[in-house]
Amino acid sequence: MKEQVYVAFSGTKEQEAELRKVIEKYKNTDGALIPVLHEAQDIYGYLPEEVQQIISDELHIPMAEIYGVITFYTQFSLKPKGKYKISVCLGTACYVKGSGNILDRIKAKLGISETECTEDGKFSLDATRCIGACGLAPVMTINDDVYGKLMPEDVDDILAKY
Amino acid sequence: MDFARAHILVCGGTGCTSSGSQKIIDTLHEELAAHGLDKEIKVIRTGCFGLCALGPIMVVYPEGAFYSMVKPEDIKEIVEEHLLKGRIVTRLLYEETVSDGSAETKSLNDVDFYKKQMRIALRNCGVIDPENIEEYIGVDGYAALGKVLTSMTPEEVIEVVKASGLRGRGGAGFPTGMKWMFTARADGSNGKYVACNADEGDPGAFMDRSVLEGDPHAIIEAMAIAAYAVGADQGYIYIRAEYPIAVSRLRIAIDQAREYGLLGKNIFGTDFCFDLDIRLGAGAFVCGEETALMTSIEGHRGEPRPRPPFPANKGLWQKPTLLNNVETYANIPQIINNGAEWFNKIGTEKSKGTKVFALGGKIKNTGLVEVPMGTTLREIVEEIGGGIPNGKKFKAAQTGGPSGGCIPAELLDIEIDYDSLMSIGSMMGSGGLIVMDEDTCMVDIAKFFLEFTVDESCGKCSPCRIGTKRMLEILEKITSGRGEMEDIDRLEELAENIKQSALCGLGQTAPNPVLSTLRYFRNEYIAHVRDKRCPAGVCKALMAYTIDPEKCKGCSICAKQCPVGAISGEIKSPFVIDREKCIKCGVCMEKCPFKAISNK
Repeated sequence: MKEQVYVAFSGTKEQEAELRKVIEKYKNTDGALIPVLHEAQDIYGYLPEEVQQIISDELHIPMAEIYGVITFYTQFSLKPKGKYKISVCLGTACYVKGSGNILDRIKAKLGISETECTEDGKFSLDATRCIGACGLAPVMTINDDVYGKLMPEDVDDILAKY
Repeated sequence: MDFARAHILVCGGTGCTSSGSQKIIDTLHEELAAHGLDKEIKVIRTGCFGLCALGPIMVVYPEGAFYSMVKPEDIKEIVEEHLLKGRIVTRLLYEETVSDGSAETKSLNDVDFYKKQMRIALRNCGVIDPENIEEYIGVDGYAALGKVLTSMTPEEVIEVVKASGLRGRGGAGFPTGMKWMFTARADGSNGKYVACNADEGDPGAFMDRSVLEGDPHAIIEAMAIAAYAVGADQGYIYIRAEYPIAVSRLRIAIDQAREYGLLGKNIFGTDFCFDLDIRLGAGAFVCGEETALMTSIEGHRGEPRPRPPFPANKGLWQKPTLLNNVETYANIPQIINNGAEWFNKIGTEKSKGTKVFALGGKIKNTGLVEVPMGTTLREIVEEIGGGIPNGKKFKAAQTGGPSGGCIPAELLDIEIDYDSLMSIGSMMGSGGLIVMDEDTCMVDIAKFFLEFTVDESCGKCSPCRIGTKRMLEILEKITSGRGEMEDIDRLEELAENIKQSALCGLGQTAPNPVLSTLRYFRNEYIAHVRDKRCPAGVCKALMAYTIDPEKCKGCSICAKQCPVGAISGEIKSPFVIDREKCIKCGVCMEKCPFKAISNK
């Protein structure tokens, strides 16, 4: 296991108000936890313990269960992501067209592995499942920008844009 | 209603959006306005056309001019030449639609890519604006729901679905009508649900996404029909959060349907009430399994439950639940409108209708295709798909994703249906079809899928949690050159045991990629183990870079590029690579102008 870097919680009052509004909206819905976690992550960018505690108190779901759900689903993150989220598709279509080499190049260039974030908080890197743009394989996304038909040597120029 | 003298259809599917179609639409609006054409020409953002490799795609009607790989800077020319002066810009047309030596363009139906296709599930994709319910109604949308609610009993609806022979498109191929009948018969005094599985987790598959992006109302209509047939009043669509465009179009469609009284209370003035909710997945492949999907909708870790009881009796919140896949639902309104006999005539004896495939990998026309069951793999790969690019040789087609297998070249003439694929050790799966050429290592592909299943195994049952991990370790041993011949037997034995004993579909099918590659490409495994060689030149540990003295001109480019000085020789005579020093980075091979270096 890698050592976990603790990032001090820096949630604001506004974010908390927004979160409480979300919880209120779903409170009486069956199976509310996952939709609440989705929106909470949209608000905070990740799901720190402090946020889980609020959800636990309000929805009357034990912390252990919330932690269990968060760690089960890959889209939920306990750690903050970078300002620019890089996702390299490792779906089959991208893989047979060499997306593994793209990922290696980015790792070497940024000095981080999958699920990690650069020290300055600028980039975080994830290997994702198919994003469905198989016609453009191999594909990577940086936030909402999609880059397709990539060659490893394209990586440096693309990263330089950010 | 406004009439336009021309319609421009621009693809707004994920593929074309990724290659910049929104910019095309924006530029079109600007250019049309600049030429005062914005009132008489309408721009419509549609769903997927299927030819993702050539995106962004736009089609101009009435001529049906099919422009491909359109760039924003081309728009001015298209507007000025084609839309203003009526001269089609041939230079920018999809080359297959341009007839030789004539000014006429070919109809899309005559193009190889579309000729053999038959669109039922994808009928409206690339044709209507998915964000406008009136366009859906304009192509007979919601007519099937109206027919069902006003002139058929639930039993009659189920009879039609049964008689059509439709089978589940999610992969397993269970008869849909039977599923509906079981759910209808279950005791629903405490409530009943219908659900739609849109958790398309198969890597390399995007059929369901395209249907939802291009024709979301068809799914809403079908779910309402299903709810009427089985006696449910609430539906859930469980969709991957990785599909933002599909989610947003579905939300718009549900709102519009509610506004038009097609969802909600007393639909079509009858007693029938039905409403729909969307639930987002959160990136767990196992949630595509039906019981795991329901556990996830309930708000828990998406772990599967043992069956029986089946969802038809105890599903969501222990109540009877009908769960079908997106593509299955997409067929329903058509079956109701055209009758069971119409659908029954399409396809093979035991597999009726069509199947949508996401064609990807080493193939010219990557994209989405829908063909009648019984079409041969060769027709899909060579005629529709346009064959393998760069003059490479076809090696295998992978269907069924992590649950399926690899089909070798000698079986290319197999007629695709549920049973034929099963008989050769693969499966239909949800419809991913990945083509591999001679540069793909089959052992590496088996390892790739095992890595996927190990990662996605939920951990509930030990055959899957531990067994797939052990299989992966053996594959890693083989690809790193430490394999022994006994490992191949161990792999086979383990695979059979996992198939027999895993709890859910994920574990039971996880060994298929290994078993099918062992069946058809055993020689490659043996080459890795016995000869310590990767015939496709993929497995890094087994690569051996050599310079062909016949082809080498002694230019010294490779020696200059080598980062570790492993290449030496005299100018104008063949160079050699020192295997001891070589770090297998591949730069020499990339840079050699005479293709004299190989790694196989």
